[in-house]
Amino acid sequence: MKDFIIPNDKSFDDKDMGTPARTGKPVHLTIDGAEVTVPAGTSVMRAAAEAGLDIPKLCATDSLEAFGSCRLCVVEIEGRRGTPASCTTPVHDGMVVHTQSEKVRKIRKGVMELYISDHPLDCLTCSANGDCELQDMAGAVGLRDMRYETGENHYAPSLAGMLSKSDRRAQAPEGEANPQYLPCDESNPYFTYDPSKCIVCNRCVRACEEVQGTFALTIEGRGFDSRVSAGTGLDDFLSSDCVSCGACVQACPTATLQEKSVAEMGTPTRSVVTTCAYCGVGCSFKAELQGDQLVRMVPWKHGKANRGHSCVKGRFAYGYADHPDRILSPMIRDSIDEPWREVGWKEALSFAAGKMRGLQEKYGQKSIGVITSSRCTNEETYLVQKLARAVFGNNNTDTCARVCHSPTGYGLGQTFGTSAGTQDFDSVEQTDVIIVIGANPTDAHPVFGSRMKKRLREGAKLIVIDPRKIDLVKSAHIAANHHLPLRPGTNVAVVSALAHVIVTEGLADEAYIRERCDWDEYLAYAEFISEDRHSPEETQALTGVPAEELRAAARTFATGGNGAIYYGLGVTEHSQGSTTVMGIANLAMLTGNVGRPGVGVNPLRGQNNVQGSCDMGSFPHELPGYRHVKGQEVRDIFQKTWGVEIDPEPGLRIPNMLDAAVDGTFKGLYCQGEDILQSDPDTKHVSAGLAAMECVIVHDLFLNETANYAHVFLPGSTFLEKDGTFTNAERRINRVREVMAPKADYADWEVTQLLANAMGANWSYSHPSEIMAEIAMTTPSFAGVTYDVLEEKGSVQWPCNEEHPDGTPLMHVDGFVRGKGRFIVTEYVATEEKTGPRFPLLLTTGRILSQYNVGAQTRRTDNSIWHDEDVLEIHPHDAEVRGLTDGQWVRLASRSGETSLRAKVSDRMSPGVVYTTFHHPDTQANVITTDFSDWATNCPEYKVTAVQVSLSNGPTDWQEEYNAQAERSRRILPAAE
Amino acid sequence: MNPQPRAPQALPEVGEEEIRPLIDRNLHLEGPLLPMLHDIQAAFGHIPETAVPMLAAALNLGRAEVHGVISFYHDFRKAPAGRHVLKICRAEACQSMGGEAMAERLLAQLGLDWHGTSADGRVTVEPVYCLGLCACAPAAMLDETLMGRASEARLMAAVEGAE
Repeated sequence: MKDFIIPNDKSFDDKDMGTPARTGKPVHLTIDGAEVTVPAGTSVMRAAAEAGLDIPKLCATDSLEAFGSCRLCVVEIEGRRGTPASCTTPVHDGMVVHTQSEKVRKIRKGVMELYISDHPLDCLTCSANGDCELQDMAGAVGLRDMRYETGENHYAPSLAGMLSKSDRRAQAPEGEANPQYLPCDESNPYFTYDPSKCIVCNRCVRACEEVQGTFALTIEGRGFDSRVSAGTGLDDFLSSDCVSCGACVQACPTATLQEKSVAEMGTPTRSVVTTCAYCGVGCSFKAELQGDQLVRMVPWKHGKANRGHSCVKGRFAYGYADHPDRILSPMIRDSIDEPWREVGWKEALSFAAGKMRGLQEKYGQKSIGVITSSRCTNEETYLVQKLARAVFGNNNTDTCARVCHSPTGYGLGQTFGTSAGTQDFDSVEQTDVIIVIGANPTDAHPVFGSRMKKRLREGAKLIVIDPRKIDLVKSAHIAANHHLPLRPGTNVAVVSALAHVIVTEGLADEAYIRERCDWDEYLAYAEFISEDRHSPEETQALTGVPAEELRAAARTFATGGNGAIYYGLGVTEHSQGSTTVMGIANLAMLTGNVGRPGVGVNPLRGQNNVQGSCDMGSFPHELPGYRHVKGQEVRDIFQKTWGVEIDPEPGLRIPNMLDAAVDGTFKGLYCQGEDILQSDPDTKHVSAGLAAMECVIVHDLFLNETANYAHVFLPGSTFLEKDGTFTNAERRINRVREVMAPKADYADWEVTQLLANAMGANWSYSHPSEIMAEIAMTTPSFAGVTYDVLEEKGSVQWPCNEEHPDGTPLMHVDGFVRGKGRFIVTEYVATEEKTGPRFPLLLTTGRILSQYNVGAQTRRTDNSIWHDEDVLEIHPHDAEVRGLTDGQWVRLASRSGETSLRAKVSDRMSPGVVYTTFHHPDTQANVITTDFSDWATNCPEYKVTAVQVSLSNGPTDWQEEYNAQAERSRRILPAAE
Repeated sequence: MNPQPRAPQALPEVGEEEIRPLIDRNLHLEGPLLPMLHDIQAAFGHIPETAVPMLAAALNLGRAEVHGVISFYHDFRKAPAGRHVLKICRAEACQSMGGEAMAERLLAQLGLDWHGTSADGRVTVEPVYCLGLCACAPAAMLDETLMGRASEARLMAAVEGAE
C-alpha cells in the first residue's frame, strides 16, 4: 500500500496489516512476550501487526492472500523447526512467537542484501522516495552494507562496471547494452512500469488476479529471468488486457508501478477522504494533495462500497477538473444567437432571477421549472427541488433518473414498499446464484463487477440475460452457466417465462410466500403465470431464447441456494421498464430471495448520486423521501419548515416540460449538472423544446450541448470543490469533502442559494451540514443522518433513524416495508417500436469502461486513449449482408433521425442487434432513439430502436448542421475592460 | 525474458486452423494446457504467438497467464530450433570436469552464444542443468542421444555427422 506516508486518521487506521482479516473463533498466542487474541485463520504476521509488533515484509499486503515468497517476514516459533514465514503461518492456541531473534534478524538482513544487490541505489531521485516499502524495509532490518559485487543485473542500461568474470555477458565490450535491462513502459497514460526497479514480489500480478479479476499480468520466465509482463511477450500495458484499474499500482511496494502524477509532482503531503463522483458504486477515495494541488486519488481501504479497490475512472480520470474547457466565470446573453458575455456573479444572478420572475409574470407561475442533477450532492439536489417548490411555487422539478431508474423506484415501491435496492454490496460475497439482467457491471460498475467476479471464481453460478455477450458471459476464469441472449424489448416475456417454470415445476418457495407475501395476490399471480402462453416453449420464437436453456436457468436460480438479481438500465429503459422491475421482484419473492444476506433485488444505479437525487424529492410528484405531493400531512411538514404554500398538484416531467415548451407554455428552465440535449432521447425534439424557451440557465462545469440553447451559464464546482453527501446504489450515504476551494468561487449549493435569494427567498445555509439537518428533520428515512454520524461511522445506509440508528444494510429483513410483499401480474406488451423492412435491426445502447455517460468529464481526460469515438457494434452476418467491414463509416438511421459512425464487427452481438455508446456528442446517438417510454414513469426506451445500417461517407447533414450551430453558440466575447 | 537467438529468423506462419485440432483434442483432459503446448511444439517446433490467445480463449485464461506458463519452461520455444538440438550440461559435476571451458570452446568454434542456432540451421546449442550422467562428466545430449565424457571434438563431430 503506497499511502502510508501521510499520517493516519485516528479513527480509521490505514496501516497495512500484511494479510486479510479473518473471522474465526478467538485464538490466544504470545508474540514477543505480548498476549494476543485474534480470530482463527489469522496469520502470525497479522496477529503481530494487531499487537503493534510489525514484522518486516515485502510480498505481503492485506488486500491480497499471503504468498510467502519474499522470506523477509520469517519468525521463530517455539517448538517448531526452522524459520517459517509469518504471512503464511496461521496462528494456533498457545503459540509462542519471536519476531526479533538473532537468527531471524540475520536471515532478514541477508535476504534484504540480495534484494538490494539487484536494485538501483538511486533513492534520492526515485519517484517513490519516501513512499517505498523496499526503502523502509532496508531501514527496518538495519541494512548498512551490500557485500556483493556488481554482477548480472536488471537495472543498469549498459554492462559497464559489471565485475563478474565468470559471466559471458560481462565480458562484452564496455558500454554494450545490458540484455537484462528493459526500458520503462510508458504506454499507459496514468502510470509507468519501470522493470529496473522491480523486486518480483508478485503483488501486482496477484492484485490483478485476486482484486480486479482481469488476469492481465503474469511473471514471465523464471529464476533470475523472472519479470512482470503485461499480456504476452508482444504486449505493453496498453495493448494488454489491462483495464487500468490501478490495483497493481496500489499494490506495488516500490516505484516500479508508479502514478505519472507522482513522478511529476512528488509525493503528496496531505489527504482528504471523499467519494468518487462517477458511477453508482460510490467508491471512497483518499484525495492526496500537496497544498491545494491534487497529486493522486487512492482508493480508501475502509470504504465500505469499494473495500480499497478502484477503476480507471475514479482513480485516474479526474483531470477534467483542471481542463482548460472549464468555464469559471458566469456568462449571460439575451438570445442564443448572440455570443456569450462574461459577467460577475451578481449580474448573472440578477439577470437570471429577473428573467425567471418576468416569465412567471407573463406566462404564469408554472411556466418555469428545474432539472436536478444526479451528479451533484444530496444537499444540492434538495436545494434545487426546494427552489422549484418553495421559490418558483410549482412542482416542476425532474431529474435525469427519469431517463434511467425511474421504473426501479416505481416497480420496487409497488412490490416491496421502498424505491431502492435491497442489499449492500458485501451481500454478493454470500450469493450462490447470480442473475445479471440488462447490466454490464464490468464496464459500467467496474469495482462492484470485480467483487462479483471474485465471488464467481469462488464458485457461485451465473445467469446472464443480455442480447450481447458481455464480458461476464466469458472472460478469464469466468463463464456464465447460462446466457439467455434475448431480443431487445422482450425482458418481460423472459422474466415471466422464468417465473412460469418456477411456478409450474413446483420450485416456488411456498413457505416464504405464505409468511411474507399476500397469499391471495400470489394465487392470482400463479394462475396467470402458469398459463401456457408464458412458457419458454411458447415465447421462444418471440424472445429468441431457447426454451431448454431458459428452463435450465430457472431451475438453477430456484434451487441453487442464495439467489440475487442484479440489473441495470437494460431493464428500465424500455416501454415496459416498470413491468420488468416488478417481474424481477416477483422472481425474488417466488424463490424466497429477499430479506437476508446473499440475496435480493439490486438495481445497479448509473450515476454517483442517482439514488440520492431520487431520495431528495427530485420527481415532480414526490417530496423528499418518496412521499406524494398530494399528501396534506407531508406538505404540512415542508410548508411549516419552509414557510410557504406548496402546490398539491404534481409538476411536469422532463418530456412534458419539453412538449410544453414547444407548445409555448413552458418558458424557463434551471438545469443543474445535466446535459439533457445529449443524454435525453430524440435529440431533435429536445433541441426544439430548448430553442422555444426564453430563459435556459445551465449550471455546469463546461459549455455542454444543452448550453448551446442557454441564456445564462453559471459555472459549476466539481466534487473536489465542495462538501456534501452522495448516496450510492446500496443506499449508502457517503461524505464528499472539500479537497480544494471552488475554482469559480462558489460550490453548487451556494449558487442555488444565491439564485433563490435573488428571486426573493431568504435562505441562509452556511454549510451543507445545515441542509442535511433540514433533510433529517423533514424526512423520516434520514432522521438519524447527521454529518457527525457520518464522520464517526464513515457512512450509513438509509433508513437511518431511531429504529435503525446504525442504518440499514439489508432491507425487508423482518418482512416487507409495505407489509406483505405484493405479486403483480406482468403482462408482456410488445413495444410500439418494431422492426420492419425499412428498419430491420434493433439498436441498443450502453456504456463502456473508460468513458462515462455523455463523456463531459472522461472525454476531457486521457481515458480517451481507450475509446476516442463511439462505434457501432454489429454481428458479422449483419455486416456481411450489408457489405460492411470493420472500421468503415456507416449511416445509422431510425424513424427519428440518422447519424453516422464507424462500424465494429463483433460476434459479441446477436444477429439482428446492433449496439453503440453515447459518450461523444459528435455521434449524436440520441438523434436515433425514439420518444417511446415506460408506461408508468416515462423512462425513455433507449434500449430498443428499430434501425437500418448502411455504408456512408462521413457525418450526416444533421451532424454538420449541429456542429456549426454548436460552434456559433459557444462564442464568448472577451471580458469588457 | 529468455534470451533468443541473436539473429531472429523469420517465423513460419502458422494458421489458427492448424492449431485448433491440437487444442481441441486435449480439451477433455484435466490440466490440459501443458499437453496442448507439447502437441503444438511437436507439430511446429515452437509455440507460435497465434496460439496464445487461442489457448487463453479455449481454457478461459488470460493471455498473460498462458504467456507466463510458456515462458516458464525453457523447452517451449518462441521460434523453431535448428534441425538438431545440442544440450550441454552446466551443472556442478560437469563443471568440475571442465565442462564449462569445453562448452565455451565449442560455442566459439560454432560462433554461437547459448541458445544460438547456427547460420545453416543445423544446430541449436542449449545449456542443461544435469542429465543424470555425472559419472561420465562432462555430459551432453544431441537430440535424444546422450553423450558421456564429452569433448568439443566429439561434440563437433557428432553435430557435423548429423543430417
